[in-house]
Amino acid sequence: MLLNQFLILAAVLFCIGVYGVISRRNGVLVLMSVELILNSVNINLVAFSAMTGTVSGQVFALFVIAVAAAEVGVGLAIVLAIFRTHRTVDIDHVDTMKG
Amino acid sequence: MTGMLVAAATANADAPVYVAQNVAFGIIAAMMIYSAVRLVTTANVVHAASYLVMVLAGAAAQFILLGAEFVAITQVLVYIGAIVVLFLFGIMLTKSPMDAQEKASRDNWKVAAGVGVVMLGVLIYGLLDGFGRSKLPADLAPTRVETVSDAIFSSYLVPFEAISLLLLAAAIGAIVISKRD
Amino acid sequence: MLEHAWIIPLIPAVSFVLILAIGKKLPRGGSEIGIASVAICFVLALAVGAGWVSRVNNPPVIEPGHELVLQGELGAAASERMAATAAEEGDQQATATEGAATGGDIADTDGEAEHHGTPPVQRSVSWLSNGGVDINAGFLIDGLATLMLIVVTFVSLLVHIFSTDYVAGDRRYTHFFAFLSLFTASMLFFVISDNTLQMIVGWELVGLCSFALIGHWWEEKANSDAALKAFLVNRVGDVGLLCGMIVLYFAAGRTFDTLTLNTLANAGEIRHLLLLVGSLSLMTAVMSKSGQFILHTWLPDAMAGPTPVSALIHAATMVVAGVYMIARLYGVFFNGLSIGTSNINIMAIIGAVTLIFGGLLAFVQSDIKKVLAYSTVSQLGYMVMALGVGAWTAGIFHLFTHAIFKACLFLGAGSLAHHIHSFEMKDDMGGLRKVMPWTYRTFMVATAALVAIPPFAGFWSKDEILVGAQQLGGDGGYPLMLVMGTLGAALTGAYMTRAIWYVFFGERRGASATHDMHENGPRIVIPLVLLAVGATFAGFTNIPNTGALSFVPDGLAMRFEHFVEPVGAYFPSAANGFGHPNFNIGIAIVSTLVGLAGVAGAYLWYWKGLGPQGITERNKFARAGYVVLDKKYGLDILYVDVIAGSVKGPIARAANWFHENVIDGVVDFVGTGLRDTGGWIYKYIDQGAIDTVVNSAGAAADGSGEVLRKTQTGKVQAYGAYFFLGAAVLAAILIVIAS
Repeated sequence: MLLNQFLILAAVLFCIGVYGVISRRNGVLVLMSVELILNSVNINLVAFSAMTGTVSGQVFALFVIAVAAAEVGVGLAIVLAIFRTHRTVDIDHVDTMKG
Repeated sequence: MTGMLVAAATANADAPVYVAQNVAFGIIAAMMIYSAVRLVTTANVVHAASYLVMVLAGAAAQFILLGAEFVAITQVLVYIGAIVVLFLFGIMLTKSPMDAQEKASRDNWKVAAGVGVVMLGVLIYGLLDGFGRSKLPADLAPTRVETVSDAIFSSYLVPFEAISLLLLAAAIGAIVISKRD
Repeated sequence: MLEHAWIIPLIPAVSFVLILAIGKKLPRGGSEIGIASVAICFVLALAVGAGWVSRVNNPPVIEPGHELVLQGELGAAASERMAATAAEEGDQQATATEGAATGGDIADTDGEAEHHGTPPVQRSVSWLSNGGVDINAGFLIDGLATLMLIVVTFVSLLVHIFSTDYVAGDRRYTHFFAFLSLFTASMLFFVISDNTLQMIVGWELVGLCSFALIGHWWEEKANSDAALKAFLVNRVGDVGLLCGMIVLYFAAGRTFDTLTLNTLANAGEIRHLLLLVGSLSLMTAVMSKSGQFILHTWLPDAMAGPTPVSALIHAATMVVAGVYMIARLYGVFFNGLSIGTSNINIMAIIGAVTLIFGGLLAFVQSDIKKVLAYSTVSQLGYMVMALGVGAWTAGIFHLFTHAIFKACLFLGAGSLAHHIHSFEMKDDMGGLRKVMPWTYRTFMVATAALVAIPPFAGFWSKDEILVGAQQLGGDGGYPLMLVMGTLGAALTGAYMTRAIWYVFFGERRGASATHDMHENGPRIVIPLVLLAVGATFAGFTNIPNTGALSFVPDGLAMRFEHFVEPVGAYFPSAANGFGHPNFNIGIAIVSTLVGLAGVAGAYLWYWKGLGPQGITERNKFARAGYVVLDKKYGLDILYVDVIAGSVKGPIARAANWFHENVIDGVVDFVGTGLRDTGGWIYKYIDQGAIDTVVNSAGAAADGSGEVLRKTQTGKVQAYGAYFFLGAAVLAAILIVIAS
């Protein structure tokens, strides 16, 4: 197997995630796209771990999973808070920082 | 992806070619990309969550292909078992539309697509330029869980503790942010 | 017991938790737990002491194999762990082990009396390791640690007992005892640490306890201010501590182990520059924690805390943490500052300046605790100076005797003030000699020890410091330190005599006149008596048998040095220029006479100088004195003039002025300076120059802003798009540049 096939798969997933983060209106879906990005990073880490024959990449993948769990927890809490104040999860409506 | 497959198969004639793995990779990768695309385009939030499950499961399968079994299992347990459920709760609590009655994508999807394509181009160019045809080791034996745990609890003990603190802080933060006051 | 010394800090730590948890429900509010735990600790510390004495008397047989097992358990464990990664560190551990094992040979070739290298007891476990950094947790017992264990637990026990009476009925009685326990635990943890990281932890913990206890009565603003000041000034030093420890960590090839650090420093395997930088940084920490000039300002303010706290923390134990750290890392300091070969060095200078300034400032205080606080500053200066001239044993010996007699003085001050709740010597005390006989007697004994009148404890320790300054170091010794140390003796005698005059003689004034004064109960008197006994006899633990005292049998002389001073590769040896001074009858007599001259000067002033009548006709004298006391300020000038001649008055006032205006004032100055600068900048630069520029630029910005404003949509996803696009473009640029 080539290293690049995993890396390019990860790159594709990453860009799809970026597309989702920018284009989706629903806050929950934005968070899901962020998960996509994090996962592509994990694929990279594990692929490099296999490439170099060390375990560090896998350890960091585990750390990323843990961070992702924390991120989803806080992110969903924020979405909930937005929903409570704005009665919607459409983040287009959250533009109080408009210049 | 098929092109990559062919390239991999014909890359080095005398090296053993793991056709089965490459085929598996191709199938899983195709499924992942399809699910990911559907995830960011579907109007139905619950469908999006199930596509997310597909992508995550695919990633877990790729981890197994790469010999990282423990990470794969953790991926299934934590991501699919916990995080997706959390997402479903989030969808439920925010009363998101269960059917496609609201336009879920922004009008400026073209901007997003443009950014995505530019990024993909840069990334793929960089990857092909940087790693070209470097091959993974032929004998990808599964990593023993013991090795992973040894690394976590010796070399990476401090990051591990930091992560546990981060989780605690996140748990408290989530409670504080979302509590009714 | 030597093998299990780690239990000792654990007991008060458990006691701290217990007192907090259940103290309020107990009949005595938790104090019984505290006293019991400290009493157990004291007994265990004595057991450690007995174990250490027998270890010194029968040092373990020095055979390579056996000794390696005994001393090198850390080394073995460490090298096992490190074997895979760093072979060189294993070598260092081996060096340390080997060095300690061959300590005996060095002592023998040294020509010193029956010194055998007694290897310290070190046990440690791996606490954590991260990315090749191994951090151990362990303890180190040698003579120094044993001494500190005994001193801390002894004083702490007496202070606990004293406090049950002194703070009885306090609104935070339980809290007080909880923190006393925590302090004891932290201090014990600090003294038995075997690595610098653990020392930092203990160092900060004692600082925290000090903060909490100074601010015990935080409802009064002054008290919480004092607590904050203590904490903040100590933070300044802590920066130095961290820097120093980090420098040493890397200088010694990534180790926190104190024995290894010292061994490498003594063996000359660390570059001198690194040692110098490390020891200078650590000196900052010493200056803040041990109240050295110019970072001593927190210590007198810390007297806002309850008196038992002042006795325990701000006189006997915590403030000597800096001195202890120097002693513990003496190899580093000794070689870093070239103590053994120079005639002057920064540590000795700091100590000497501190002892003079502290002594002078003690003159102008009217609060007895402040007098004692400045006296503590001055005595800490003696200790640091002793270590600075290379008289290690003298410095530690002075630490030991000072802990005893200064605790006695502070507890005595607490006993005096227990009824009247005032420490004002001039306004609220006087004539307490008859009504509080036991406080008077113990206070006098402790004062005699402080003033260094033979044969009380302070005489022996101060004398050793002075002969150290005379005889150690490069050719000619440390003459400046000798002169300043001797002058300090006169100051000590004078200010203590003054304090005694105000407190115990003359007429009862203010609160003590109106209040029914009587001797305190046994829980206050017994600790005083025990400490006074200690102040009388502690000096005999280190009687020299050289010079004029050569008749003292070997078995009795220099016991303190014999048991406490380390011998081994981790301690400077004769090869590094370390030596031992000999008793010098001339210096002993001169320093005693100078001290007595200070006493006599003050005596003449107070008892004789102001009136024709002596002390027997106290009433008339006191009436005459009362007139003068009315004019307090004039008295101070006159008083200093008479004692020390016309020179010292201005100096003392200048010192006080310097203290109040410069040192305290630097802070104010910086603050007001910043404010004024800010105002000036606002007026001329901001309003004048910049505004016109801004106004014209504003017009331009207004137009362009209208355009750019549209990008500030407030929509996160637009920002996200900019971000990702920007990242992609930057990456593309990087690729182009790199290829």
